[in-house]
Amino acid sequence: MKSRSRLPFYVAVFLLIAAGISLAVWRHIELGIPWLTGEQRPVWMIEARVDFDAADNAVQASLNVPDQPPGFRILTEQAASPGYGFSIIEKSGNRTAEWTKRNVSGPQTLYFKAQFIPDESALGRKPAKEPKARNVFWEEPQATAVREILTQAKARSSTPESMTRELIRLMQPDTRTQNTTLLVAEENYLDLLVDMLNHSGIPARTADGLKLEDARRRQSLTPFLQIYNGQRWLTFDPSNAEQGVPESLLLWRQGSASLLDVVGGDNSEVSFSMLRQTVPALQLATMQVESNGLGFLSFYALPIEEQSMFRMLLLLPLGALVVAFMRIVIGIRTSGTFMPVLIAVAFVQTTLVPGLIAFLSVVSIGLMMRGYLSSLNLLLVSRISALIILVIFITAGLSIIGYQMGFNTGMTVTFFPMVIIAWTIERMSILWEEEGAHEVAIQGAGSLFVAICAYLLMSTPLAGHLTFNFPELHFAVLGLILLMGQYTGYKLSELKRFTPMRVYD
Amino acid sequence: MDWISPRRLNRLGMLNMNRRNVDYIARYNERSSYPLVDNKLKTKLAVAEYGVTTPRLLQVVRQQHEISHFREMAEGLGGFAIKPAKGSGGKGITVITGRDDDYYIKASGTRIAAPDLERHLTNILAGLYSLAGSPDVAIVENLVESAPSLAKFSYQGVPDIRIVVFQGYPVMAMLRLATKDSDGKANLHQGAVGVGLDIGTGRSLNAVQFNRPITLHPDTGLALENIDIEAWEDMLEMAARCYEATGLGYMGVDLVVDANEGPLLLELNARPGLAIQMANGRGLLPRLRNIESLKRPHFTPRERANYVMDAFGAL
Repeated sequence: MKSRSRLPFYVAVFLLIAAGISLAVWRHIELGIPWLTGEQRPVWMIEARVDFDAADNAVQASLNVPDQPPGFRILTEQAASPGYGFSIIEKSGNRTAEWTKRNVSGPQTLYFKAQFIPDESALGRKPAKEPKARNVFWEEPQATAVREILTQAKARSSTPESMTRELIRLMQPDTRTQNTTLLVAEENYLDLLVDMLNHSGIPARTADGLKLEDARRRQSLTPFLQIYNGQRWLTFDPSNAEQGVPESLLLWRQGSASLLDVVGGDNSEVSFSMLRQTVPALQLATMQVESNGLGFLSFYALPIEEQSMFRMLLLLPLGALVVAFMRIVIGIRTSGTFMPVLIAVAFVQTTLVPGLIAFLSVVSIGLMMRGYLSSLNLLLVSRISALIILVIFITAGLSIIGYQMGFNTGMTVTFFPMVIIAWTIERMSILWEEEGAHEVAIQGAGSLFVAICAYLLMSTPLAGHLTFNFPELHFAVLGLILLMGQYTGYKLSELKRFTPMRVYD
Repeated sequence: MDWISPRRLNRLGMLNMNRRNVDYIARYNERSSYPLVDNKLKTKLAVAEYGVTTPRLLQVVRQQHEISHFREMAEGLGGFAIKPAKGSGGKGITVITGRDDDYYIKASGTRIAAPDLERHLTNILAGLYSLAGSPDVAIVENLVESAPSLAKFSYQGVPDIRIVVFQGYPVMAMLRLATKDSDGKANLHQGAVGVGLDIGTGRSLNAVQFNRPITLHPDTGLALENIDIEAWEDMLEMAARCYEATGLGYMGVDLVVDANEGPLLLELNARPGLAIQMANGRGLLPRLRNIESLKRPHFTPRERANYVMDAFGAL
């Protein structure tokens, strides 16, 4: 038998399917779009509360807010403070939330809320320009003590990190020598560390961290030490020299700016409350897609109206897949190739049972009317046109009667494509005249069966979710349909049809 | 439920729908040749050059206003057949055998008034019976008078012979007899009887109706096992000629035997059905593969007809 090589075709189909699936996997990993519908992700909702007493004057309150804290991504930010002007200002690597108001008196409360997603891979921001160690002037006798301690620490270390660790260790109460006791007082410990590190040529600064625990109120920030190792800022716990940001610690303030400045008020203080929330993973992904510029790869950037249209459109390939399978592999006869898909789409909007009732009643009433039309001896085009108008009358009538009787489902009949129904009626009617009621029953039942199968597949939440959020999966669907187009095996129905051949075997 | 396993079907060499469409129709039938067979009028003109005879054309009704001429033309006629040029599966064919005053008598014996016949013509022109509903023309042909030796087997209607022609080789044949169920039409899925014919001799093999084996015609009650088609070789050659006329590699050729004019071509079909295999009790695939593997195809229709009579006669 002469046979064309089908290898290129199969390779192409394989590539198509592989491309669709790998693109979906990539988007799942990169954008965090979940495979399943109901997936939830934890999110920390943190509220900073600023209290101060205003002194009957113009007020400007600035709160340092997180800027790319390591281990977290910021999802949303908002401020709640009636009557205040609010904006977030970015200045020399610091982000501050700024509230302003002309005339204020009495105790004031301002809120700043932000949602954070834990993300292992999120790193701190790289400084725009290389930080420099600042010069510190020491007076005697401190200068000598500092020099000695630094020499000691330097001798035991090789890198900025190990130097920092050694220095912290030397400053601990149990290892304190005379030199350290001279320098350290309870309140200046961290500043002293920063000064000493800068003095030794390592850029250092303080940072404030917030320990995340579910449903805590009135929390305050814990100070941390940060040094610059030539590439990025590293965080150390100043009490035990542990390197790195502990899990569930959010660095609220990094850099040199102060946490809170209130101009025109006094007794200012800031406290934090936090709550662990869960947010649907999908919602999270869409919000991130919008923020990180990958939106052009998905439908999320479209207006909502177009989105819902695409939601519907993207289900159609599944219906086409069902029809192809049913006709090519199973061998079910349907009236009109893709009429079942369009009926299934209508079912998705009406739900199954009301849709079925509405569809069957429209078609059967239409068939009766078509019986009269055929006796009128009309030309085909005008007969179909008349039928379309009749179908609209029938749907309108059913809707009104249904509504008057208290069934809102009567309205759903309008979702059916009128022209398709008219053609269905016409075809059924001709089929009836030519081949008899038996054939009408077979094809009608076949069409409805395929439509219901397509509906059951298209109406599962998972199908809607996957087709809309991973449109690239349609490459795989396309590949499957192409593969089915090459299927030359027996249909299931042919195994039945050819049964009498058994006697010749 | 009765089933036959795919392995047994394979062993029988049964051609199935998907394979027919992909491996034979799509591969061997040029799309551009389809109008030749989907339009009976074009078929008639195309095959005439190759010496294939068809029923005599009496009139072509192309426009609505030409229908009035139809009545004048029909006045002097005894019997005729009205066919939609692009009809398929015998749809829309009305056979008139005679006149009774103002009425025409259909093949089934029922009487039909002239306005009804004109309405039928209107429907044909509007494309009611054509593939995809495109506008059509109606052709009026001379009535075929079936040879009595075959006509007696059929209930009403004209028995016809379907021959599957593959690359010019007639590979399988069957006789189709109308029944009461098929309403005088020789259409197998409407209930006509299919009688498999030995390609080597033109003798009947076995018969099916509605895919079930039978031995007697359900309406005429005649035994179907000893039918012998006359001038079998000529019929095969005529079928083989249609390949040159149309260029279609895989097609069904429908022939009738007219009492006066001998074998006539009724129509060609670019998508012949699979039921012929059941009527023959044999699968098409071994024969199709035999033809495909021929190193040097035969050039003349006569040679091809002789080749299949030798090669497939015993098969």
